Amino acid sequence: MTEKRKIDVPVMADVFAKGEKPEYLLWVGSAGAFDDRYKKVIRAFVKVLTHLNVSYAVLGTEESSSGDVARRAGNEMLYQMQTLTNIDILNMYEVKKIITCDPHVYNTFKNEYPDFGGNFEVIHHTQFLQKMIIEGKLKIESNLFKDKTITFHDPCYLGRANGEYMAPREVLGAIPSTVKEMKRNKAQALCCGAGGGQMFKEAEKGDREVFIERTEDVLETGAGIIVTACPYCMVMMTDGLKYKNKEEQIKNYDIAELIEQSLEL
Amino acid sequence: MISTIVFILMLAVAVAFFTINVRKISRNIKLGKDIDRKDNPLKRWWLVFKVAIFQSKMMGLPIAGILHVFVYAGFILVNIEMIEVMVDGIAGTHRAFSFLGKFYPIIISATEVFALLVIIGCVVFLFRRNIIRLPRFWKSEMTSWPRLDANIILLTEIVLMTSVFFLNASDYILQTREFGHYDQVGSFFLSSFFVPLIQNLPSETLVLIDRSCWWLHIVGIMLFLNYIPYSKHFHVFVSFPNVYFSKLDAAGKIANMPSITREIKSMLGKPVEPEENVDMAAMSFGAKDVKDLTWKSLMDAYSCTECGRCTRVCPANITGKKLSPRKVIMDARDRLEIVGKNNDKNGKDFSDDKSLFDFISSEELWACTTCNACTNECPVNIDQVSLIIELRRYLVMEKAAAPGELNSIFSNIENNGAPWQFSQQDRLLWANELYINEKA
Repeated sequence: MTEKRKIDVPVMADVFAKGEKPEYLLWVGSAGAFDDRYKKVIRAFVKVLTHLNVSYAVLGTEESSSGDVARRAGNEMLYQMQTLTNIDILNMYEVKKIITCDPHVYNTFKNEYPDFGGNFEVIHHTQFLQKMIIEGKLKIESNLFKDKTITFHDPCYLGRANGEYMAPREVLGAIPSTVKEMKRNKAQALCCGAGGGQMFKEAEKGDREVFIERTEDVLETGAGIIVTACPYCMVMMTDGLKYKNKEEQIKNYDIAELIEQSLEL
Repeated sequence: MISTIVFILMLAVAVAFFTINVRKISRNIKLGKDIDRKDNPLKRWWLVFKVAIFQSKMMGLPIAGILHVFVYAGFILVNIEMIEVMVDGIAGTHRAFSFLGKFYPIIISATEVFALLVIIGCVVFLFRRNIIRLPRFWKSEMTSWPRLDANIILLTEIVLMTSVFFLNASDYILQTREFGHYDQVGSFFLSSFFVPLIQNLPSETLVLIDRSCWWLHIVGIMLFLNYIPYSKHFHVFVSFPNVYFSKLDAAGKIANMPSITREIKSMLGKPVEPEENVDMAAMSFGAKDVKDLTWKSLMDAYSCTECGRCTRVCPANITGKKLSPRKVIMDARDRLEIVGKNNDKNGKDFSDDKSLFDFISSEELWACTTCNACTNECPVNIDQVSLIIELRRYLVMEKAAAPGELNSIFSNIENNGAPWQFSQQDRLLWANELYINEKA
């Protein structure tokens, strides 16, 4: 018997007013808040957090852009404006640990915010899931993906930018399935094409789009599922599968969604 | 006696000329803005050991990597023989190190083995560049000069190494004939294969070959030494310090601009340290020209040997965009060379009204995804991304010349805290009607 229970996502202002301090702040990110596809990822991850009884809260309407894209697009003024404002809010709530599903947020919080007095323990959701698996809190016994071949696309800002190649792979390894690497993987992985501001603009003139080149790497593996761990990669890989008319045969999921589905949340 | 004087004079001129050119390059690098790269010396030395001395990043492309080790190790070890050549040249001796007795032929034979490895490496490299025409050596930035430069280097090394074999072979034959001052020092491993080629020649001709090869070798090296500062081959020197001064932060970290922090802090009504007050009007943001880059970026420019590994993995370049990280670095170096020459000619305050943007187009700069494939690949830890970001900063903050779509996301972030045009008040809508299945 399963029953549906409504999740009331805890908002920091409310929780803090009650004198409670959640262990983690979940940084939803602009994509998680507004991109229809990535909203599903955030919802999936929140279900997993709820399932694991994790103490967390979100900033809700007090959250704003991390500034990552502004900085990479050369607008340092805007970046620092965002950064200093965000840090003020996070410090006001005495936030110590931040979880995010966005490697770009992860990177700027972890590596760049300390320059402005924002010192947090920053955790990417793949790292959090890895930790839960290692600690035995998260067990996946489902056979949902047992006969499926999965390939993982390394987000640049998790992989090359921060050297995190193992966390997503260990999480995938805990899901009964076959994992097949693309020919370009880990440090040699090809970018999806969306970083550094590209997500929001037309690509410069060239022979083809980067996401198509990367989608061909995916097709080469013969995998039925392409797993990502970044909102930009998600958009790009979805576009690539559509371009190749493969969106029916090949599914594109975030790692959190695989867990959600495996646990039938 | 005369040959000794000629030798010492030539050596003095070669060293003096080389020193002048290296000092010019060093001065050019110092035109850059300051950046602290002196922290964590242990980690830096470890990087030098691993990345520079043991060339760990070269093995990403194993064939090129191994051949490069041949040439690199060979060139260092053949220089053991160079020391002897120097001593002989200055002291007027012949094979001054032969006092080492039976070890001497072993040492010389070893240098011959490495000389052969250098030749093999260079021949295969020439083949890969000119016959197979590997794409990375024929990208658009590989115009006639960079291609010629590479071939000059490879051919020179082949000539220099070949001269060693004929030098040793003729020497050995003369030894066996007990001719003149050619003392018995033993036979050498590889040059003995060259002996049949010349052993029927009269001793006088052999002396001529021996002396010609000796002079060819030493004069060639002196000329080559002075060619290097004009060539991409300068990487043989500067890549070691360049690796030492690598960025130690996570690759994803972009350098901060503390000067802006002061401005933003005062805008937000935050306390600003008194000494932080600077004249904002006199400040410039980002990089327009080489002097706006850090000295490390300028050292990067001189460290590049145009191998094109960065461009080979660049997603923009792979998909036919104009951006090539190698070109960006080569452009910075070419521009810096011009600025340096202008300084020599017209004093250091001279401006030719040109900038990096006469070399690098905004089309190239905006094609970068900041994915760090290039920086990850570079065997000498050049940071292409930071250079691109500095130029973007100039375009955006000084020229307000970002692509239109990026200007829209800037104003969206400014007005509603997200790159998309959604109200900040709607940031929690995703959480509506969210249910979880609970096993009862």
